[in-house]
Amino acid sequence: MVCESWKAQLDTYLDGELPEEEARNFDAHVRSCSSCSADALSSVQMKRAVQVAGKRFTPSTEFRRRMQQSIALKPRRGFRLGWIFAAAAVVVVLAAGVLTSHYLGTQSARDHVFSEIADLHVATLASSSPVDVISADRHTVKPWFQGKIPFAFNLPELQNTEFILVGGRMTYLEQTPGAQLIYDVRKHHISVFIFPDGALRANLDGESISRKNLPFNMETWSQGGLRYFVIGDASAADLDNLAKLFRAE
Amino acid sequence: MSLQSGEFEELAMPLFDQLYNFAHWLTQNREEAEDLVQETYTKALRGFSSFQLGTNFRAWMYRILRNTFLTSRTGLRAASTVPLDLEEVGADLAVESETPETILMSRSNSQLLQRAIENLPLHYREIILLCEVEEMSYQEIAVTLSIPIGTVMSRLSRARKTLRDGLRPELQKG
Repeated sequence: MVCESWKAQLDTYLDGELPEEEARNFDAHVRSCSSCSADALSSVQMKRAVQVAGKRFTPSTEFRRRMQQSIALKPRRGFRLGWIFAAAAVVVVLAAGVLTSHYLGTQSARDHVFSEIADLHVATLASSSPVDVISADRHTVKPWFQGKIPFAFNLPELQNTEFILVGGRMTYLEQTPGAQLIYDVRKHHISVFIFPDGALRANLDGESISRKNLPFNMETWSQGGLRYFVIGDASAADLDNLAKLFRAE
Repeated sequence: MSLQSGEFEELAMPLFDQLYNFAHWLTQNREEAEDLVQETYTKALRGFSSFQLGTNFRAWMYRILRNTFLTSRTGLRAASTVPLDLEEVGADLAVESETPETILMSRSNSQLLQRAIENLPLHYREIILLCEVEEMSYQEIAVTLSIPIGTVMSRLSRARKTLRDGLRPELQKG
């Protein structure tokens, strides 16, 4: 069979797990091969059908209430058993807090977050599969995050702009799940990170971001309870334009 | 760094519905699913301080749930009836020329498909659900099931084939 090697890759392609270049080649092949495109269509139909059929059971309200109560009750038990350690820990933390506050202000907390964001951006670019959902269509990328992160966000329309949506992935910052979106502009990669604002402890507003220790341009703002970071090696003007598109949503 | 139960609740409660759905598919029984989820949350909260920052919390929770299930009575029974994976056999062709998907879709018969998923051996059922319903990446599935990515791919391929094969007689009946 001529297409045997393509067909063997079909599921991996549809699961969004083929490396970028192979996915592009596959995409090109499927568009020109009626047999493979028919197979791709059936597989997509099956995936969707399983997805719908698989979302079948929902917990009762009573069970949810019980669970929430039991999680909230747990710390008390721990307190009884370990109060001496807890009290000692409080003293140590307070003492450390007083001492370190002399040396480290909110600036260092901000810098820490910014360098974490830069690391996440670099790690993504270095990955062999930088995105978990590959699509230039915002109506494909946005729903992919549904159920994966505890908030919703809007993606801007890119028509008549130089930006291309490459895809998205889940990410974590300070144990908080968030969304990372990758955009391309004239061969530069830009990451947009979105997290629930309240979950990040550092005060990120204020003076402009120091690029002293940061090899990238970056912009951050808070909007609608969400914290956005735009980072990349593109020019500050490019980043600002992308940020404006998000702000306009 | 120690993490607080408030943080645990913030991270874990958004996964509650999904974990319950997965638990119900594994146990195939409401009471057992509730017990399984309850035990998962209790274990996870107890072990939360050892949860490694920067690793995937969702995969960690699913892993606890699955391991808890596998050591339960129902889980032991289900796992013991699972045929050995033929991981070393080359992946079957992803799609055959005659497939039941179109007929299935045109009938929009979710019940048929649900029955076919129920009838899948445990290892196939769970990997199909993690991939299609939970939309986990291969990497996340590998962490959840504690298997290499190559095994994720071959097992997924066999699970899909078994599911399609299981649907054929059902569709012919209809």
